[in-house]
Amino acid sequence: MNWFEKLLPPKIKTSASATKRGVPEGLWTKCKTCNAVLYRAELERNLDVCPKCDHHMRIGARKRLDCFLDPEGRQEIGVQLRPVDVLKFRDERKYRDRLHDAQKKTDEPDALVVLQGTLKGLPLVSCAFEFGFMGGSMGSVVGERFVLGVERCLEQDLPLVCFCASGGARMQEGLFSLMQMAKTSAALRRLSDRGLPYVSVLTDPTTGGVSASLGMLGDVNVGEPNALIGFAGPRVIEQTVRQTLPEGFQRSEFLLEHGAIDMILDRRDMRDRIHSLLSMMLGK
Amino acid sequence: MNFLEFEQPIAELEAKIDELRHVTVNGEVSITEEITRLQKKSQRLTESIFSTLSSWQVSQLARHPQRPFTLDYVHRMLTDFQELKGDRAFADDHAIVGGIGRLDGRPVMVIGQQKGRDTKEKLFRNFGMPKPEGYRKALRLMRMAERFHMPVLTFIDTPGAYPGVGAEERGQSEAIARNLFEMAALRVPLIATVIGEGGSGGALAIGVCDHLIMLQYATYSVISPEGCASILWKSAERASDAAEAMGITANRLRELELVDEIVPEPLGGAHRDPDAAAKTLRGTLLTAVTRFAELPVEELLRLRAERTRNFGNFQESA
Repeated sequence: MNWFEKLLPPKIKTSASATKRGVPEGLWTKCKTCNAVLYRAELERNLDVCPKCDHHMRIGARKRLDCFLDPEGRQEIGVQLRPVDVLKFRDERKYRDRLHDAQKKTDEPDALVVLQGTLKGLPLVSCAFEFGFMGGSMGSVVGERFVLGVERCLEQDLPLVCFCASGGARMQEGLFSLMQMAKTSAALRRLSDRGLPYVSVLTDPTTGGVSASLGMLGDVNVGEPNALIGFAGPRVIEQTVRQTLPEGFQRSEFLLEHGAIDMILDRRDMRDRIHSLLSMMLGK
Repeated sequence: MNFLEFEQPIAELEAKIDELRHVTVNGEVSITEEITRLQKKSQRLTESIFSTLSSWQVSQLARHPQRPFTLDYVHRMLTDFQELKGDRAFADDHAIVGGIGRLDGRPVMVIGQQKGRDTKEKLFRNFGMPKPEGYRKALRLMRMAERFHMPVLTFIDTPGAYPGVGAEERGQSEAIARNLFEMAALRVPLIATVIGEGGSGGALAIGVCDHLIMLQYATYSVISPEGCASILWKSAERASDAAEAMGITANRLRELELVDEIVPEPLGGAHRDPDAAAKTLRGTLLTAVTRFAELPVEELLRLRAERTRNFGNFQESA
């Protein structure tokens, strides 16, 4: 009890539940790093970066592309593609049901959104993983949409920017998922052979088959501050080496130190910095 | 001979045959007939058990400690083999071996994961789990093969890429990704064979190819059955369910058109007769190498690109 509550007569004390009822849900949110209570609208204006401690919160694929691309002239690529359950996969639950739930929860048919648009007037293709959709896992639809994005770049001489957020390949599609690693990497090889730039932005978290294919293949690899990036997840490594991992292991700063990424960019600077990079790489 | 749990009836019969053999030394003729009868029975029993293996049982065969490993095949199939080591940057990874040899006279580059048989060798080979330097050595050898116009034969046999602190520090993800990227455009034939365990990205990193072969009792999967079970079923005990659900056997993957060719193994698995297994595989590889080496490079690359581009299953909505 704080000093103010102590002063109040018992009759006018409000119960905790009554207070909750009075505030519309989602108006306020708490930063999980610094515990600051933040006004939701202000946080969104700040691109979901905590104004107090600069913690970069996870954001969905649409929102990511929305704050990265210019508002006008966007066109979605591979919008017609839908996942299928070839293996009739079933664990505790059916893959079909998991897909259905993920689609309802995220309002996306699968875990990658690809848009053609412009960045400060520069035409490009940009794609983003939806981590909320089965952990941003890569199955056949993700692979195909990514490759269609690359092929649009090849057709129109455009650069590519991808925002990764994924646990890796999607187990429920078996070996088809693994092969998406080969498929997406081969497409990037074609892009590279044509001299078109590819910037890979690794956001929290990027691990497994996505990190070990399209994620690490950028001409420029960018990390978001404090993002978890790696091949094996930290739990798997702990079980293998039987020791607790050092503080900051597999975070962007660690990858920068070990030479795996070129830079760490604040989300609020990405439009400017990536535009500048691409312009130079394209000789503009 | 080392028998798996589901092979116990065969093991018991074989033990009986062995006992009888010791008696024969004393010169009883009728016992020889008895032995022949029991051997036939053992063969029928093996045939019957092996005709209905579950995915999990195949998985155990794929990891059988007596199963022939990469170097066992290399020494049986190639002449003049010379091992080449090191990534020229950090170390030589003993979990991946590579080198040049002759297949029916034709120089070829072979690269494969290598497991160990006893404890000491298992540790030396890191259980067949490569680190970034292993994948970088593999890439160095592939580029060398390209320079000297040699087809590349890869042998896949790994539980997966090593999940360790050093491997992460040296860029495990990048090493795997780089191989996928470079192999897509390598200007020589790439023939990949899964000889044992094809574990995830760690397997694929030497698995991009023009022609994918699997031995009859090999497995190839996006994650190990145990890994899949512990994530989706929350218990590694359900590995057999996971193995079934993911479709990891050669037969299932052939049905799904992810594998081009299956090489049959001797009755009871390759470890029962490594010489015969190597001989069959050698014949298959020879045919594949000849076929792809004849193609003009541009055609070879076009076919590889098409093969890779077509991986996947999805619907197109209106």
